Amino acid sequence: MSKEHQKYLKELRKKKILIFLGQITIFIIFIILWQLLTDMKIIDAFIVSSPKKIIMTISNLYSNNNLFIHIETTIYETIISFVVSMIIGIVIASILWSSQVLAKVCEPYLTILNSLPKVALGPIILIWFGTTTTSIIIMAILISSIVLTINIYNGFMNIDENKIKLVKSFTKSKFKLYYYLIFPSNIPTIISNLKICISMSLIGIIMGEFLVSKKGIGYLIMYGSQVFNLDLVMTGIVLLCVVATTLYYLIYYIEKKYEKTTH
Amino acid sequence: MNNLLSIKNVSKVYHTPKGEITAIKNISLNVEEGDFIAIVGPSGCGKSTLLSILNGQEDASNGEIDYHHKTIGYMLQEDALFDWLNVLDNCLIGLKIKGKLNEERKKYVINLLNKYGLKDFIYSYPRNLSGGMRQRVALIRSLAIKPDILLMDEPFSALDFQSRLNISNDVYNILKAEHKTLIIVTHDISEAVTLCNKVVVLSKRPSQIKNIYNINFDENILPSKRRNTSLFNDYYQLVWREIDYE
Repeated sequence: MSKEHQKYLKELRKKKILIFLGQITIFIIFIILWQLLTDMKIIDAFIVSSPKKIIMTISNLYSNNNLFIHIETTIYETIISFVVSMIIGIVIASILWSSQVLAKVCEPYLTILNSLPKVALGPIILIWFGTTTTSIIIMAILISSIVLTINIYNGFMNIDENKIKLVKSFTKSKFKLYYYLIFPSNIPTIISNLKICISMSLIGIIMGEFLVSKKGIGYLIMYGSQVFNLDLVMTGIVLLCVVATTLYYLIYYIEKKYEKTTH
Repeated sequence: MNNLLSIKNVSKVYHTPKGEITAIKNISLNVEEGDFIAIVGPSGCGKSTLLSILNGQEDASNGEIDYHHKTIGYMLQEDALFDWLNVLDNCLIGLKIKGKLNEERKKYVINLLNKYGLKDFIYSYPRNLSGGMRQRVALIRSLAIKPDILLMDEPFSALDFQSRLNISNDVYNILKAEHKTLIIVTHDISEAVTLCNKVVVLSKRPSQIKNIYNINFDENILPSKRRNTSLFNDYYQLVWREIDYE
């Protein structure tokens, strides 16, 4: 390896470390400042809580055996709605792709459903499905599956004409066109939509938990706000950040893994 | 010479909400074994339409096509390689789709890849190949189904000039070695004249055959070398004058 290349690699490493340190520093300064300002009573800890209080709340939840119940509930509901939404998105997009007439018929309804704020359907869902976990999951599925269907369908429709011509030169079967070209060429689109789906599902689950639940992170936040326990609200938000980031990176890992296989 | 393909009075009419458009009209052509036929004409005259009809992707509105039980292969304007498949799998895709993949055919494809300079790239992905190599992979993908006649729709239009010269030499050598018959659609008269032994000139839309020129170069001279001969200029002028440029 030449000296110049070694220097280049060193610079690259230095830049990476600098970025990482910058990110960590902002976080640490934010936490310290938050704690100091509340300790010095410049800001009211009752309203904004404090890092120490959040840690205390987490430790209390843990010692009462409640912490993991809430986290597990939210993750479980999110994953269920994520998987079901993905399946619904892919299946409906595939059906719409297979029939242009059906796609045209459904177009206005999809547009209406997509632009409708799904939270407005909350009360109806509660009446239809009761105050159960099912209602929460259905709410999340409604939020994520419509966007997914539209995105995946657009991916299916935006295939290079030349590639379609090529496959059609080998077969007249629409199923083979789908199996050998449309679906595999859209795997990157589907994977990038996994990220959207996981965050939409989480939004849906938290919204559902706000409306109806006895456990889950959304419940913690809602309950905290009702009894004016801002420590619990902030703890819920922190837990949500951790869960959201973990789920996001899980999908990111899958995406990278897929990219590696096609290099 | 055996007749491989007979086209009789083929026409194609497209229907749009605004009316009918006749793309090609009464095209008749006989393709003999070993022919390298170029179809040239003004842009938008329906050259690619004719190829799509021959390939079975579109139906002719009128006329008959007799394939004499021969197999047709197709190579497009762009290489259209699948990014998610490696070179070998890209070459085997036609066989897989047709349900004709077996060990013998796979060996045939690997042999073609080895023979035509892609030995070290069999398991590479398309993104790692140069433009010329991608075209060679696309050609081998077309040859994998062992077609008797290969249809090419402006296959080199996406390449730079130097790569075009090289790939037309490669295509010429490969197709001659594999004893294939070629029908190529191109807007490049030089390409048509240097690669083929017959040049079919189409008129503007509705397209009809204006003239068919026989090109007689020594078979041993490569297409790129043919450009340096005086015969090339003569043929070029002949074809160029015949095309209805607007």
